[in-house]
Amino acid sequence: MATDISSERIVAPVRRSSEVEGTQWAGPPRHRVLAVAGQVVRWTLLGGFSLLFLYPFAWLLSASLKPRGEIFDNRLIPHTVVWDNYVEVFNQLPLLAWLGNSVVIALLSAGLMTISSSLVAFGFAYFRFPGRAWLFRLLLASMMLPGAVTLIPNYLIWRYLGWLGTSVPLWGAALFGSGFYIFLMRQFYLSLPKELFEAARVDGCSALGLFTRIAFPLALPASVIVFIFEFQAAWNNFTGPLIYLNATGVENFTVPLGIAHAMSVYSPTNGGQGDYQYVMVASLLVTLPMIAVFAFGQRYFVEGVASVGVKG
Amino acid sequence: MSSAHSVGVTGSGAAGPRAAAELTDTPAPRTPRGRRRKVREKYSWRESLAGYLFISPWLIGFLTFTVISMTWSLVLSFTDYNLATGSQTPAGLDNYRLVVEDPKVITSLLNTFVFVVLSVPLELVLAMVLALLLNTVRRGSGLFRTLLYLPKMTPAVATAAVFLLLLNGNEGAINAVLELFGIPGPQWLSDPSWVKPSIVVMGLWGVGGSMVLLLAALRNVPRELHEAAAVDGASSSRRFFSITVPMISPTVFFVVVVNTIAALQVFDQAYLLFYRDGNSNAPDAALFYGVYLFQQAFQQFNFGLAAAMAWLLFVIILGITAVQMLVGNRTVHYEGGR
Repeated sequence: MATDISSERIVAPVRRSSEVEGTQWAGPPRHRVLAVAGQVVRWTLLGGFSLLFLYPFAWLLSASLKPRGEIFDNRLIPHTVVWDNYVEVFNQLPLLAWLGNSVVIALLSAGLMTISSSLVAFGFAYFRFPGRAWLFRLLLASMMLPGAVTLIPNYLIWRYLGWLGTSVPLWGAALFGSGFYIFLMRQFYLSLPKELFEAARVDGCSALGLFTRIAFPLALPASVIVFIFEFQAAWNNFTGPLIYLNATGVENFTVPLGIAHAMSVYSPTNGGQGDYQYVMVASLLVTLPMIAVFAFGQRYFVEGVASVGVKG
Repeated sequence: MSSAHSVGVTGSGAAGPRAAAELTDTPAPRTPRGRRRKVREKYSWRESLAGYLFISPWLIGFLTFTVISMTWSLVLSFTDYNLATGSQTPAGLDNYRLVVEDPKVITSLLNTFVFVVLSVPLELVLAMVLALLLNTVRRGSGLFRTLLYLPKMTPAVATAAVFLLLLNGNEGAINAVLELFGIPGPQWLSDPSWVKPSIVVMGLWGVGGSMVLLLAALRNVPRELHEAAAVDGASSSRRFFSITVPMISPTVFFVVVVNTIAALQVFDQAYLLFYRDGNSNAPDAALFYGVYLFQQAFQQFNFGLAAAMAWLLFVIILGITAVQMLVGNRTVHYEGGR
């Protein structure tokens, strides 16, 4: 393929430069000045947007350290710093119980979802059985189903099973896998070399062994994506706890439901005294683990999101 | 599991579970050629069994939470359901008639459509601008991407708690900033005409998800195309519209479809900002379809009516998605054809 090679040579110097100014490397000095100016403009714009996007976080942190009367003074550096808010919040609200509930539900959801989705994905990727293509198409179609349609009957199903008011409905569905994750894992399993499994099978490895000893360990990076995504979804979930836990005692709430509860308790229209600093502390505490998860697994997030886009 | 080695395409017409049950390593006897049936795969029953066992969690879940659930939902929508006694009495089309005649349903539908029309294009444009900037900036792209994505990680309830105070019409920070520029800030949370923009602003804070998708698409545009065009003298704007836009159009389309479906079901933000107290003094402008559906189901316990509303929403979502698909098939460029 001589043509390929020659085009490789022509384009080699361009590789390093950015897409839009693809030609500036060879251009006259005027172009170089323009390119630098373009970079400065981009940097300024991105910096401005980033500051704008970070402002609510800074505001949240600042408000969480303010006394009641100063929350609305809009100073980023609090006039009076009340570290005690971070202690007092645990007396004012059953935040510890909420955090515990949230952790249990998020861990159960993420763990069960990772295992179930991996199993199902391996079933679709590796074994041949009648109706496989048809069932997989059904699975893809079910991803498009809007949640609102099954919301009410699912509530009635959990009610029929006697699990209303418990956390079971919040993580129980994770036992059955989920279309998007199954799809993601299946793509990964399909990319594994078949010879690996053939060899193990010749050596007498069982079907389950193929999964637990070969497929699952090799697919760990993809499993991490599923775990992180589902952990985030369960941790941030508001509608679920609102439907399934709202009628129970306050101490059974998750952090998001608890914060919503605190917001209305403290609201002056409800006879509260506007102690929003505690809401801010709780909001910060519920956000921090997600930022930590993102810092730890950013690579996985970007990969996971990108894999959706490429398929889309 | 060695029997799976025998799996292969044979001329046998006798496929399916019955044939698979024969347990053979030898090819099944061929049917007379005269029967001209489609060539089918022959399956090993052991491999099939293993496959079904592996996918059984999903099968059980799908049957319970999709098939039974949707059937029940459909039945519910034609009945008068009493939660206390669990009794269902047939109601014919009553629920659907109530839905169509309820002025609040119309209001909430219109509110939702306005929200979709405001939020989906704005989010797409902002996500596109940010993704293009990230794709062409030479230093710090990773850092900026991280910072811009962070809001997407924030739980909806924390976002709502912060924006509830930021958007406060009298003392909120957003209006304080506007005042610096001499702009009198609106009553974001109580003026009916500013309710939807408030929620749109909150949503735009989480633009990072769409942004990362578009950025991934931009990074996937083959350099060679740009380079070849540049060598041929195409200007950068020409290259953008003739190469970049067609190449990323599938992702743009995906973002629009997914965001539209999400916006049609908007609930969390609206509920948290306006309905968390269950108070009735929330402006009508904040009554979105998802919120009204929730109220009917879990506050009024009108399950029949709510089920009918859910099916109406389903049909609307299907219709809008179908229209988008039709438009998409004409305008979206798929590499390698379709």
